[in-house]
Amino acid sequence: MMKEELYEYILGVADNSLILGQRLGELCGHGPSLETDIACTNISLDLFGQTRSYFQYAAKLIGNDATEDTVAFLRTEREYRNVLLVEQPNTDFAYTIARQFLFDVFHFLFLDQLKNSNDLNLSAIANKAIKEVSYHQRFSTDWIKRLGDGTPESAQRIQAAIDDLWRYTDELFHTSNIDDKIIEAGIGVNLSELKDPYYSRVIQVLEESKLVTPESKWFQKGGKAGVHTEHMGYILSDMQYMQRTFPNMTW
Amino acid sequence: MSENQIKNIEAEFDARIARDEKIEPKDWMPEKYRQTHIRQISQHAHSEIVGMLPEGNWITRAPSLRRKVALLAKVQDEAGHGLYLYSACETLGISRDELYEQLHTGKAKYSSIFNYPTITWADIGAIGWLVDGAAIINQVPLCNTSYGPYARAMIRVCKEESFHQRQGYEIMMTLAEGTKEQKTMAQDALNRWWWPSLMMFGPTDAESVHTAQSMKWKLKRKTNDELRQQFVDQTVPQAELIGLTVPDPDLKWNDERQSYDFGAIDWDEFWQVVKGHGPMNKQRINARVSAWENGEWVRDAAMAYAKKQEESRTKQAM
Ligand SMILES: [Fe+2]
Ligand SMILES: [Fe+2]
Ligand SMILES: [Fe+2]
Repeated sequence: MMKEELYEYILGVADNSLILGQRLGELCGHGPSLETDIACTNISLDLFGQTRSYFQYAAKLIGNDATEDTVAFLRTEREYRNVLLVEQPNTDFAYTIARQFLFDVFHFLFLDQLKNSNDLNLSAIANKAIKEVSYHQRFSTDWIKRLGDGTPESAQRIQAAIDDLWRYTDELFHTSNIDDKIIEAGIGVNLSELKDPYYSRVIQVLEESKLVTPESKWFQKGGKAGVHTEHMGYILSDMQYMQRTFPNMTW
Repeated sequence: MSENQIKNIEAEFDARIARDEKIEPKDWMPEKYRQTHIRQISQHAHSEIVGMLPEGNWITRAPSLRRKVALLAKVQDEAGHGLYLYSACETLGISRDELYEQLHTGKAKYSSIFNYPTITWADIGAIGWLVDGAAIINQVPLCNTSYGPYARAMIRVCKEESFHQRQGYEIMMTLAEGTKEQKTMAQDALNRWWWPSLMMFGPTDAESVHTAQSMKWKLKRKTNDELRQQFVDQTVPQAELIGLTVPDPDLKWNDERQSYDFGAIDWDEFWQVVKGHGPMNKQRINARVSAWENGEWVRDAAMAYAKKQEESRTKQAM
């Protein structure tokens, strides 16, 4: 196992938290109620906290004066490894919730395995993060139910969001050559084993929420290989604005 | 009740406040007391949530992960302050929806400082340092105000505001110790936020309508001008310490008064912003109104769902 491979693996995990945290951060002050604003900010804070732990570790692995911030801010778009799902926009509250739910269910199952990693840094991060993510999952699941079984309008909106975002779920389980090596070393998570529990949990919640599970088998992928949707460039131009405009400064 | 009886209750009410007793929601209170408190507490609550907007404007662009997390946490604190204050206000017999309505229609005011734009990262430092700093000076005396729920909310709020103030000052200090561009950015932010911060204490005593009554009810302990002076005296040395210049050519230490003399405030600008014509008044209100309107279907759904849950629980119980 090479350090570079572990570094790449960590990016694949942490970039999801980074980009989803960034998306949720856009909402602060604009949500449907003060309570949901506070909850979304909370989730964003947790995700950035996790990102920092992963990137501090990643920076140590590659050395060369790398820091959590150089890892977070100074890559090109093609070097970000997050799944397409998390970069999708806050079209309305239904999309925000659907995106969150479809990610949280995966995130929880993932961390539950990462807890057992041979890598003590990663298992420590996972042990802390899973408590946070179990709250995220409860929050997004509760809202799926409220919107699904609320009013006709809310049901229609959340169904539309689920239908639309469904095509990004399959990518959560795609693996690369690095995954294989990392799993072999007892460090990483075997994603293919998460797929069945993931869909059964998701479908169960959708049913309880009186929502229809999309039938489409056409899925999108690319984020894990750094081929993102057109949204990503705009996320990065906000996120990297200060670092790119004022390089090499301390903030 | 006869006029005499009312006078007696009022005299007893005033005496309780004079003895430093707290007035609680179920206690009798003069209508004017209730209305004044609704006005002041809601204005304060609105300031907290409108204040989330200029700062929220920099969350996606914060220059480091550490700063991003700190800013998110700060804006979340402000939402929390809004929440406690709305709750305190609701104990006076007005609903949160009515309070929002007053904000959205312009009937209720919020702190004018939030009608200025945040155009650089240094503005986030300046807001923490100056605006939270001024807020603390205004609010610390309210921890002992006569209305119990307000006083208790303020104790929590003030603790967090002083943390925000230190955090903001630390951002400014980092910039002031940084590169030439960073120093320029910090000075520029101080130049733009200094005078609006002084205006946060309200009109001069000569023109302030509410002071005497507010003093009696302990909504105020010191006059606007006294608080403003306290802010100047506290902040000028902080600016000097990090090598920034307060943008006031008339600023001078007065040995006799043991205080700073400072230049005249542009009250025309103050009234222009208060009356709704500041640089960002329209955008701030629009942002609040559209958050509220876009959220309506969500709140309706939550309500409908809760009702269905309730009904199925009663059915099961039968
Ligand atoms: Fe405040
Ligand atoms: Fe506050
Ligand atoms: Fe604050």
